[in-house]
This record gives sequence, C-alpha cells and structure tokens, in this order.
Amino acid sequence: MPPPGRCCGPPVWSEGRTGGSGPEALDGRARLRQITAMHRFTLADAALIARPSGALHWPAESLLVVSDLHFGKSERLARRGGTLLPPYETRATLERLAAELEATAARRVLCLGDSFDDLAAAEGLDEADRLWLLRLMAGRDWLWIEGNHDAGPLDLGGSHLAELRLPPLSFRHIATAEASEISGHYHPKATLAGRSHRCFLIDGARVILPAFGAYTGGLAASDPALVRLMQPDARAVLCGAHCRVIPMPRG
Amino acid sequence: MSLLPAPLATWFAAKGWALHPHQVQMLDRAGARSTLLIAPTGGGKTLAGFLPSLAELADGPHEGLHTLYISPLKALTADIRRNLRQPIEGAALPIRVEDRTGDTTYTQRRRQRADPPHILLTTPESLALLLSYEDAPRIFHSLQRVVVDELHALAESKRGDQLMLLLARLETLAPGLRRIGLSATVEDPTALADYLAPGTEILIADPGPEPDIAMLDTDMPPPWAGGGGRYAIPAILDEIRRHKTTLIFHNTRAQAELFFYDLWLQNSEDLPIGIHHGSLDRVQRERTEAAMVDGRLRAIVCTGSLDLGIDWGDVDLVIQVGAPKNVKRLVQRIGRANHRYNAPSKALLVPANRFEVVECQAALQAVRDRTLDGEPRGPGPRDVLCQHILLAACSAPFTADALYAEVISAGPYSALTRPDFDACLDFVATGGYALRAYDRWQRLKQTGDLWHLRDPRSAAVIRQNLGTIIDTETLKVRLKGRMGGTPLGEVEESFASGLTPGDTFLIGGQVVRYEGLNEMTVEVTRQPGRDPKVAVFSGTKFATSTLLTHRILDIFQQDRWPDLPRHTAEWLALQREVSRLPEPSRLLLESFPHDGREHLCIYGFAGRNAQQTLGLLLTKQMEDQGLAPLGFVATDYATLIWGLEPVTDPVPLFRLETLREGLEGWLSGNAVMKRTFRNTAIIAGLIERSHQGRRKSGRQATFSSDILYDTLRRYDPDHLMLAITREEALRGLVDFARVEEMLTRIGPRIDLIRLSGVTPLAAPLFLEPGKVPVDGAGRERLADAAARALLRAAGLE
Repeated sequence: MPPPGRCCGPPVWSEGRTGGSGPEALDGRARLRQITAMHRFTLADAALIARPSGALHWPAESLLVVSDLHFGKSERLARRGGTLLPPYETRATLERLAAELEATAARRVLCLGDSFDDLAAAEGLDEADRLWLLRLMAGRDWLWIEGNHDAGPLDLGGSHLAELRLPPLSFRHIATAEASEISGHYHPKATLAGRSHRCFLIDGARVILPAFGAYTGGLAASDPALVRLMQPDARAVLCGAHCRVIPMPRG
Repeated sequence: MSLLPAPLATWFAAKGWALHPHQVQMLDRAGARSTLLIAPTGGGKTLAGFLPSLAELADGPHEGLHTLYISPLKALTADIRRNLRQPIEGAALPIRVEDRTGDTTYTQRRRQRADPPHILLTTPESLALLLSYEDAPRIFHSLQRVVVDELHALAESKRGDQLMLLLARLETLAPGLRRIGLSATVEDPTALADYLAPGTEILIADPGPEPDIAMLDTDMPPPWAGGGGRYAIPAILDEIRRHKTTLIFHNTRAQAELFFYDLWLQNSEDLPIGIHHGSLDRVQRERTEAAMVDGRLRAIVCTGSLDLGIDWGDVDLVIQVGAPKNVKRLVQRIGRANHRYNAPSKALLVPANRFEVVECQAALQAVRDRTLDGEPRGPGPRDVLCQHILLAACSAPFTADALYAEVISAGPYSALTRPDFDACLDFVATGGYALRAYDRWQRLKQTGDLWHLRDPRSAAVIRQNLGTIIDTETLKVRLKGRMGGTPLGEVEESFASGLTPGDTFLIGGQVVRYEGLNEMTVEVTRQPGRDPKVAVFSGTKFATSTLLTHRILDIFQQDRWPDLPRHTAEWLALQREVSRLPEPSRLLLESFPHDGREHLCIYGFAGRNAQQTLGLLLTKQMEDQGLAPLGFVATDYATLIWGLEPVTDPVPLFRLETLREGLEGWLSGNAVMKRTFRNTAIIAGLIERSHQGRRKSGRQATFSSDILYDTLRRYDPDHLMLAITREEALRGLVDFARVEEMLTRIGPRIDLIRLSGVTPLAAPLFLEPGKVPVDGAGRERLADAAARALLRAAGLE
C-alpha cells in the first residue's frame, strides 16, 4: 500500500546506487547486478543506457546526461520566507552524481536544465558543496543547458547553452515536436505494484528524463501533458534498485 | 437560587425548570480560578458552564469579549448557540452570542475581530488563528472566562495540548481569567484537572441511573468476519419502528455509508432515516442536523462526528454497530439516548462479526462494573510547541524568557526544561540544522531581546498551517453539471487516484459513477441501482482499550460460554478444535497459506501499538532470514504478517535480545516512523500543508516528506525533528515495554501451529485497516513480476 495521498517515488538513497564507498559499497556480484540492471536502447541509432539512478549514459560519446538537479532548492525556499527545509539536498544530489560519474567514467556531462532552483541559488551554494561540484567538473567537459528555473549564465565554469545538437540527437530542457530529442522538465513518475517511481519515458522519437535532484516531486506519466508528447508505444523505464520497463501508463 | 439573576430565575420558573445541584454549585464557585465539572451526558453540563457568565453579563451592558467557549466540534458551537438563545432571549438578557469556526464567513470573521461579541463560541483551531493576529491583545483584554467543553476528548490529542498553550497565552493577555472545564466521566479526574490548570477544583455531579444496555438479538447470527452489521438490518429496522428517534453509530465512515445504503434497500416503509459523517458536504450535514432537531427523522446513521455533546432532543435509543473498542466512548455514546438527567439511557450493541460478539460481551461487563479505560498522557509534545512559537511570532515580537514562562504555565508543558524550549525556538528560528547556512536561513530574527518574524509576509503562510489535525489528502466530490454541480462530500486522494471512469462508489448514501477529475474535483453522475465500489474514508481508527483486551482474553479461558450467543460460543469452540484459543501465559502462533501468500498470526494481546512494533521487528528479522515478508497489520490482540515464505522456526524470532537490538536499528527506516515524521513535521511547521490551490499550480513542487526524513537521517541525525519523531513513536506507536512484558510473561511457551488455511480467529485480521508495507526483497520480486506481466499483456516481450 503506498503512503497516503502523496506523489513521488521512494527516497532517493534507496534507489540504485552504483559504486561509491562507505557501508553501502557494493561487492563484485552486486556490481554485476547493477550493470545488468540498466536499460539499453537506441534512439536514432544512438546506443543509449537508462541507468537506475535516473541518469542517461551515451557510451559512444562518453556522455552522462542528468536533468532537473534543482540544486539549492531549500535555500531558495528559505530566502523567500517559506519553510526551512534541511539544507542538504545539494550534497545528497552531488553524492549520487559523483557515484554515477565513477561508475560510467564519463568524460562529458550534460545537465539538462533546472540544475539550480534559481540563479540566486547557484550563487548561494554552500562553499563545501561548491568546491565539491568544481572538483567533479575538473577535467570533464561540462555543459549546462538552460532550464525554466535557471535561464541565464552561471558563474561556475562549463559551457552554457540553450540547447545542444550532438548528431543524431538533440538535447534541450523542454520537449518540442522535433524527433530524436532528449529532454527533462516534467519529472515523470509512474506507479508499479502500488509504489511510485521516478521514470524515463522513451519512444521512437524522444526520451524524457526523470528528475535527478533530491528534493523533486513528480508528474504522473499518465498526465495529459506527457500523454500528448509520447507515441502510443512509449515505455516507462522505472528508477529503483534496478530499471524496470513497463508500457507507459496512459490513465 | 439567590445567585441566579432575577430575569433568569423568573424565566426558569416560568418554564418550570429547576437547576440541578451541580449547576447551582457552579454558580456558587463562580469566583474560582479554575474548575473541572465532571457530569454524565445529559446532565446540563454546558448550561452549568455558562451560568456564571450569564449571571455576570445579566446586570447590564458589558464592553467587549467576556466569555470564550471552546469545543472540539464545529457542529457543537452552532448547537450551543441555538441552545443559549433560549434563556438569553427568554429572559431578555443584554448578551450577544456568536460562533466562529472554519465555516464562518470572511466578512463575519473580520467583523468579529473589530467588534467581538460578549460570548464567542469557537474551536481550538479557530482560537489559534485569532491569537496569531496582531490585534489579539485588543480582542482579548476584556476576557473574563473560558469554558472548555468536552475536555476529556480534547485532552486525548494534540488539540488539547495546543489549547492549553493557547489558554496560557490568553492568561497573559487577560490576567485573572477564570477557567471552566466540562468533561464526561473519566478514569482519572485529578490528572485531567492538572491538565487544565494547576490548582483546578473538581466538581463531580451525580452519575445518574444505570444505563439499560444489551446486545441486540437477531434471528441471523453475525458473519464469521467483516464489519458493518448488515445482517442485523431487519432487527434494527424493528427497533427504529419501536422508538421515537434512534442514533445508529458506526466506527468508520465507509461502514456508515455501506450500512446506510443497505438499510434503505430494506426500508420498505420509507421511514425517514438520514446519514451524518465528517466526509459529507457541510450543506448536507446541516440539512440532516436541522431535520433531526425538528424531529423529522426517525433515525440517523452516524460516526464519531456525533460522538460529542450535540443535543439531539428526543433520541430514545442508541445503537452501536461494531464493537465499541473503548468503554469510555461507549458510555458517552449511550448517553446520547434519553437526554434527560436521571432517566436511564437505552442502548443496544450490534457486533459486526463473531469476534466482536466477545468484545461486546466484554464491554457490557465493563459498563456494568463501571470500570473505565484510559492511558495516562505523556508530557506535551514539542512539535505542538514549535507551532505555538511560530504563532506567538505572528502575533507580536516576544522575549524567550517571557514565552518560556508562559509555556510552562500550561499543564502539559509544566515539566518542559529550558534547554528543550530553546531547542524548539532555535528550530523555529533557523531550522536548527547542524550545517549553519546563511543569514537568510532564518524564519525568526532576534533584535535586542526580541524575537520577530524576519519577513512579516510569512505570517500568512504560518496562519494557513496552524492546527494539529493532520488530514489525509482529500478531493471534493461534485455531481457533474453546469455551475460546478452539487457538492456531495470528499474522498481520499488515494481512493480517487484508483478510480477509472465508469467506476461506481457510495457517498452520502447514493451510488455515483466516476466521470473524471476536473481541477482537483472528482466529478460524478448519479448511477442508481448499481453495485458500488466503496469509498475508502480514513475516519478515525479506534484501538481496543487495554481493559477490554484483557477482559476478552479472560472470556477465552472459560470452558463454556453460556453468556455468549450460541453461534459465537460455537465459533470459539471451533477455534479451540481447529487450532487453539490464546492463553494469558502462552504465545499462540498460527501459520497458514492464503491467497497465494504465507501468513503468520501472532496472538500477543499486547495492545495495538505493541503488536505493531512486534510486526515491525519481526518482519525485519524475517527479511534477514530470506522469508520475503510483504507487510503486516496489527490489532490489539494480534499481528498478522504476510510474505512469500512460511515461518517454520519461530523461537529465534522472539528472542528478546534480538528484538531489542532490532529496535535500535529499526527506529529509522520504516513506514511508521515516516508517517510519524510527516505529521510531526507538518505540525512543527517544517512542511506546509498542501492546499488545493497550491497543489494545482505546483505539480512538481511537492515531494514526499519521506525524502526529508531520509535526508535528515543521513546528514543531520541529531536534528530536533528526528528526536521528536522518535519520542512520538516511542510514546504512541512503539510501546516496546509491553512487548518486553509479554515476552517475559510467556517465557519459552511459544506454540506454532501449522494450518491449511485461515482460522476462525484469524479471519477478522484480514479486514483490518492500516496495513504496513515492508520494503524488501519480497516487494522487489513482486514488482519484477508485475512489470513482466504488463509487458506481456502489451505484447512488448
């Protein structure tokens, strides 16, 4: 039975963590299970991997794509006189991102928009978090795509783009009618066996990524906005201990 | 009678009424700082509480608010206003009475702040809101008296703790305030008196005659399992016919709906019968209430929303469907009948299934023995205190010293230490995180000695979140039509999300068809004559009291059961034959397959909370042993665990040391803690309540409180909110002491019986609400299977 009435998937830490150190470090067998737990598919002949964490991996380009990190969300709420949420979501998200980078050894990182909850949140990053992020960026080709929350340049290095074309694919924050497109923005989620999970939505023309950030809710995949975007044969790839593929729920 | 003002005395005399002795005594003690009146239902308790106010206000014009009356129910304030109008208008007293609740219009509420009435009738939540305004000192400076009705009910929840803090605040604004608490019979009057205020005087009225109470005799025996009491409908209709007005109480709203529907199917004479519960639309509820007051109804099917002292006039029979769970509540419900002092109340119990026959029998014995149940309340919870600090800041800047002094003057917080108070203040002001962020990470700022809101605009958000009642998310239900359609009531969001167009369900006694969701409103059309899916209302989940639980266990030990109906005696005999009956000095376990799952039933009779804890600790161990548990449900007498593998060797599971170790690790990642955290975080102001409008606009904005809980556990394990959550769980939901007591008592005497299917005694457990899921390998296996099945069905694999 799901918790009453709330949206969103299970807590992020219980979802697929790969590698990393500490008490949760995986032994070899578990690591093998992680590899098989990914979902491989192609879009416009590009071989892609949906990872249980919610990140998208394109091995041929050594590219890791994450969307909707929403760094600094608690800071933004506090600044606006709202509630004082635990100010740890940035480091929680960074921790998972670091694990993904280690697991995939990706040399390029693409943050698909809404990386920061707003531009002031980017400036207001806690110093330790900021240094950690800079360490992750060092030696990697880092691309920030603008989102609706963080339109405009960031004072953090890396390249800033409204969108990116990397043939045969194009990347932007919000989906358009264009084919072979990778986007984020909607935070899709889907319910399986009574539990809600963040999910990828994948069809022959596009991929919509789940939100990677810690403090992010979600929009049901069956929402008309998503149903309109996706083709009838679309699948939802659910995040969790491992990826699970189901037909996209259509309400 | 000398203390009664002349116009009132004349009016009473003209009516031929005489005051009860305790009403006279309340007038005599009008000067006391704090008085607790304990009187049975129908004893003129409320009038007794108001008499001192009427006497003081009778002699001429008074400026401003004189008396504040607080009741736990909105409906009660409206009812009291009607009842007060009689003596006030009859004796032509110069007194203005108004009520103020969540239902009061905005214009009216504004006017009340500008020009308060002499007597204001309100609820704890509305009072909290009033006290959060900057003009609270002006509104309350003239206040002389506070009357708290149904104090026994309020004191059982955080609403009471909040109210006591609010009274402390009122005392600061209006020094010398006199308090009157009104209560039904309670097991420990002194504790309740201390709760209201130190030095409270207790006045106990004559408890009145023995109630006339019995189990309803039916031709058809109650079913083996299930709720609702449908089998008894013919007999209940007979009783309705024989009496003037009957109240039919149910323990849950869903059961009331189902019963009402079935009752009408058999109501061939079209006896006027209505329904009343908290999920119905206000207009509908008011219509039912008005019809009842006018004597136009022969019966009302109702729930706890009619538990408290609304005066329904001519009720001469109370029927309780389903086991009463709690003797105190039963006694109060019985009191609904014959609302005349010194006339015995008449009540019938209708057990819904055979186990409940035993429970009803135990309850009957307890009522006859005049024993009442009740657990002592712990100290005032700190999440409520956090909210109170926010409220204080909304009203005016304060110093920590003064607010602390005020808080510890409230009964439930009298033992609060200064460091505990300071921790709450720090949490409210800065979030209290180990990671000190920035200046702007501040809700409250300190200027000199004074604490105040950093951003005065945040007061509006804080006000929206006041109150300690945590509702499950609900959606409004409307008949589809132009202009938005007729509102019918509310259903839980989780229920609505499971509906597909064409599904039918019951609400307000009618079957409706789900058409779709339109801007957070469930649109339906009428669909008479279809078998409905039932609306799953949350309602209140009652726990059977310890007292009743022990009496039940005693009844099981009898050789034969001549006092019980034959069918139930036979059922117990059958349980004894197929399996065993639980004994006080042994622990009975039953293991059986059912519906594709393995089940383990643990008859610990340790009370719901301890059985729940046992469920949590045992499933954790079973997970470690690879038994793939999927979930469990706990009642006062048993825990039922289901999973993919059977338990064959139970003794290691019940080793006390192992359980104790498990408790430490467990107080972390389980669903009960997360649920507790969510409620606590909302009350303390960490999470905003979701409001319809906000949810609509911010579809991605809300995320699960589970995420916050996990974040805190990982990065800030000593945070105040986690400490409060642990405290709450240990006090309310864990009760490990009773697990220890039970295991010590049974020692090695554990009996595991393997059976081929559900036993008579286990059957009712399958219908219990509040099932707790276990996150683990079992659930992963099921999700994999479900994903495969969906793909196969879609032809994708």
